[in-house]
Amino acid sequence: MQILLNGDIHRLPEPLAVSVLLDRLDIDGRRVAVEHNRVVLKRVHHDSTVVNEGDEIEIVNFVGGG
Amino acid sequence: MDDLPLTIADRVFSSRLIIGTGKYSSPAVMVQAHEASGAEMVTVAVRRVNLTDRSRESMLDVIDTDKYSILPNTAGCYTADEATRTARLARDVGLSNWVKLEVIGDERTLFPDNQALLQATQVLVKEGFVVLPYTSDDPVICRKLEDAGAAAVMPLGAPIGSGLGIQNANNLRIIKEFAKVPVIVDAGVGTASDATTAMELGADGVLMNSAIAGAREPVAMATAMRLAVEAGRLAHTAGRIPRRMYATASSPVVGVVGH
Repeated sequence: MQILLNGDIHRLPEPLAVSVLLDRLDIDGRRVAVEHNRVVLKRVHHDSTVVNEGDEIEIVNFVGGG
Repeated sequence: MDDLPLTIADRVFSSRLIIGTGKYSSPAVMVQAHEASGAEMVTVAVRRVNLTDRSRESMLDVIDTDKYSILPNTAGCYTADEATRTARLARDVGLSNWVKLEVIGDERTLFPDNQALLQATQVLVKEGFVVLPYTSDDPVICRKLEDAGAAAVMPLGAPIGSGLGIQNANNLRIIKEFAKVPVIVDAGVGTASDATTAMELGADGVLMNSAIAGAREPVAMATAMRLAVEAGRLAHTAGRIPRRMYATASSPVVGVVGH
């Protein structure tokens, strides 16, 4: 299946929890914010929310800016 | 001389300088510059995590969040929708419900789209954000933003990153005269005297990034900016003398030898 991850197509073998996706990407979930289909996904829901075929995921963090 | 500290929403600041985290040559230089500036709040941008180059660290790995408040911005957003999405994501990182709200209307000047900015301010205030909008040096839009619930207004001194200094001093003075919320001059500062000018006009604070990060010696410039903001504030509260078109002697006019 494929999803749209940070604007790019990303392939996954099967649906998985957002927390598992973050683990696979080697991302510390405490330092980022996640949007699932354009809705901010609270950290407490990372385990229970499943990423399915065609979903849009945005993962952002803080970078230098003015 | 007694002066009340800068207070935005319910937070009291001992420094009137807010600075950015962009464009530094290294994280170490940035940390030293922040220290030298005396600032208590620093801005950050919200961007997609780089999935291919994991060496690009989060600002949270570098900034001591016990020491500095984080003010996420919505830089790079061109619509109210993009800006509100970005603000919600920033809040969800979990450090702050404050946002430096930017909705850009023109790529070359980075001037704000004030209509979209006002819409985004209304939406985010309803959602409980502390909104600090970056706006034009226009007293009317500043008043509208304040009426919409902005916690401060942040008129530009000059275009972002231009270093041109305060372009419309009289507008900033009028904005301050009208405003019941703090006025933070945001963008356009090039050197210390620009920050002093903003403060002398009555601004409650100054926000800058490029002037420090882009200086040949950012740490020394951060020190200069700390002093400049303090000097400008002191001069403002001390009350300058009126401008006169001709000389007024400082020394006694009687008793001059030979008269």
